[in-house]
Amino acid sequence: MANSKYPTSPHLQIYRLPLTALLSIAHRITGVILAVGCLLLVWLLAAAAESAESYQLLFNHLDSWYGQIFLLGFVFSLYLHFCNGVRHLFWDVGYGFELETVDLTAKLVIAVAVILTIATWVVAGTV
Amino acid sequence: MSELRTPLSKVKGLGSAKEGTGHFWHQRLTSLLLIPLVLWVGFSLAALPVNHATLVGWIQQPWVSVTLVLLVIVVFYHAQLGLQVIIEDYISAHSKRTVTLLLTNLACLLCGTIGVISVLKISFGA
Repeated sequence: MANSKYPTSPHLQIYRLPLTALLSIAHRITGVILAVGCLLLVWLLAAAAESAESYQLLFNHLDSWYGQIFLLGFVFSLYLHFCNGVRHLFWDVGYGFELETVDLTAKLVIAVAVILTIATWVVAGTV
Repeated sequence: MSELRTPLSKVKGLGSAKEGTGHFWHQRLTSLLLIPLVLWVGFSLAALPVNHATLVGWIQQPWVSVTLVLLVIVVFYHAQLGLQVIIEDYISAHSKRTVTLLLTNLACLLCGTIGVISVLKISFGA
């Protein structure tokens, strides 16, 4: 197709995704992250049911730098998926389809997710 | 013509399963349930000191056990429904898609069961 003189349809690589499209794919990606994360949380639950030692072993991993990065990613994914999910539920009942509203709620979703992530980190850090 | 189905559709046996909106609807119902459940478990865990004794003591409260079991079931059902959509969208080869779906569903079922049993084991005094 390199020598084709015909215009080709814009594809993902050259088409700048609008915010809503970015959030749409982010919703799926965070969904997968959450599924994998829940797998690890169930592992933690199973370890807690097994013994205090098993729990402590796994908890030390969560407390390490890579564990903290995972937790931060998980918590942010959770809030982003949560907020955007609520946005989807409003769409499902027919609200918020105007372009300005869609753009506004997209920004709102991201802002709330960031704020909640920071808030959770602060609360968890003070306990 | 007394029969509206084509001979081909009869041979294939793929009639209406009468659950066309079932997947969509369950995805929405589980997401609605997850709103209070996730907020509750998130805030409870964030406010809890994270050692084994406090966690076990928290889970052993009857209402916490009940709600956690509910959360585990709903989370993995919601995850299964969501992952299914993603797999169906991005894996087009029929056999590969079926195998991936089966494995994903099995993983969700397994994780959900482990989660429920773990909560119960703690709840009944591990």
